[in-house]
Amino acid sequence: MEVKTEGDNLPAATTVVKDVPSVQIKVLFFAKARDITGLNELSMEVSSGSTTQDCLNKVVAKFPSLDEIRHCIVLALNEEYTTESAVVKEKDELAIIPPISGG
Amino acid sequence: MESNGEGASRIRREIEALKDEKARIEQKILDLEAQLQEEASLAHQQQQSESVCNGCFPSVSAADANLAHGLTADSIYRYSRHLLLPSFGVRAQSNLLKSSILVVGAGGLGSPALLYLAACGVGRLGIVDHDVVELNNMHRQVIHTEAYIGQPKVKSAASACRSINSTIQIVEHEQALRTSNALEILSQYDIVVDATDNAPSRYMISDCCVVLGKPLVSGAALGLEGQLTVYNYKGGPCYRCLFPTPPPATACQRCSDSGVLGVVPGIIGCLQALEAIKIASDVGEPLSGRMLLFDALSARVRIVKIRGRSLQCEACGENTTFNQQHFKDFDYEKFTQSPLSTSPPKLKLLAPDSRITSKEYKERVVSGEPHVLVDVRPEHHYKIVSLPKSLNIPLTSMEARLPEISSALKEQEEGTGSGANLYVICRRGNDSQRAVECLRNMGFDLAKDIVGGLESWANDVDPNFPMY
Ligand SMILES: [Zn+2]
Repeated sequence: MEVKTEGDNLPAATTVVKDVPSVQIKVLFFAKARDITGLNELSMEVSSGSTTQDCLNKVVAKFPSLDEIRHCIVLALNEEYTTESAVVKEKDELAIIPPISGG
Repeated sequence: MESNGEGASRIRREIEALKDEKARIEQKILDLEAQLQEEASLAHQQQQSESVCNGCFPSVSAADANLAHGLTADSIYRYSRHLLLPSFGVRAQSNLLKSSILVVGAGGLGSPALLYLAACGVGRLGIVDHDVVELNNMHRQVIHTEAYIGQPKVKSAASACRSINSTIQIVEHEQALRTSNALEILSQYDIVVDATDNAPSRYMISDCCVVLGKPLVSGAALGLEGQLTVYNYKGGPCYRCLFPTPPPATACQRCSDSGVLGVVPGIIGCLQALEAIKIASDVGEPLSGRMLLFDALSARVRIVKIRGRSLQCEACGENTTFNQQHFKDFDYEKFTQSPLSTSPPKLKLLAPDSRITSKEYKERVVSGEPHVLVDVRPEHHYKIVSLPKSLNIPLTSMEARLPEISSALKEQEEGTGSGANLYVICRRGNDSQRAVECLRNMGFDLAKDIVGGLESWANDVDPNFPMY
């Protein structure tokens, strides 16, 4: 898995051998997801053809505590509603939005 | 000359007497304000019926000109800046004056929402809340003033709204919203504004709006983030369409635990007023099927398209049987595993012999008992205030820092030759129990928690200890 945080401007140290071409996406975290990961966003390389669900699995694998909220989030791809079966493309932005209940 | 002790008690007596007098005067003001409100609404009704009468005569009075759109001369002047807006104008203002809006919660979100809704001329404005005004509300709940500390938020908010606009009707619902009264209260209004602060209330209000067919303007704020959506509007999704499964109780954060920058709910509350005004006056495009995300630190607002109504939704879906009776019987606290009230939960993890009270702890300190006090709150809490000689090891890093506790205990034992006790404290006495459970599992058999944490220390031992 190739994961790097934003601000890390070095080219991703990917393996030269690429059987499956990959795409670079950005994951945006909000509210509790931000607390858990300690990040506002995360650049992530996934194999092309990956669905938003694959991406989510990858993020949860990196931050296991996200698992407790993964069933209560709004998932948006490029600021549009998305299902977990949508396929991500290069430079897509996947937003993980748990509800806030404070006031 | 009187001694210091006598002087202090004389001053205290005088303060008490003045406080009594202040309370009496404040009550008197409240009574008079209520009286004034009644007179004003009577006069208003009279004026309205008179102007209708005037209309019967072929008079050339300017008052007649008002009749076509129903605005009085005073209303025209008061709302003139609205009327001057080509996209708002007389039609939207008349709609607003005929509308009724209920705001649930007179806190951080409800404060600005109510102020703007009262000011803009919503015909009937309802307020639901059962809390009293507290000092730690003042930084964000800007509708309340210090004079109302200790009094019901509904009274305080209603009085502020009346002082802004005495020509509209303000209705006080001084009660907690429950499944037993929600249908009756919400059914009296056209639009509902959710300005509450907890997950069960959000599900309850959304479901109630679905069974009653009311649009819901939902706002939320925590920390440095805010969210805003309009639910159940003209076939749009409801809260459950988006979040069919409630978040685990551990993921629900409260402002009283996590903190909130005061202006953040202020901004979201203003946006809630805006959305409610748009729906009530029938102008513009309400934020339905979209969610606004506000990020204060990066000064970023995003609007995300969200799903439409879910056919499988338990509340509003195609084949749902959810109705008023189901609503009344639904247990929202059980569903979300968290309380409808804002009061923090009280854990009971430990046996009584694993705990001591704050008073007992004080006695042990006074008697010079060798011991170590571990404060398991997060570091930024510890920085606010702490007990002397306590060791700050946040609960989240405790397992890694056990050696520090061991060496602190050894240091205590060295001087005395006997064993040192280990006490654990936190803010309210929940995390300290979790910590003691963990410590005992790790072999610290003497670990005890201080019941009720620093809150009980402030209540029972040292009334001057700052609480937050
Ligand atoms: Zn629904």
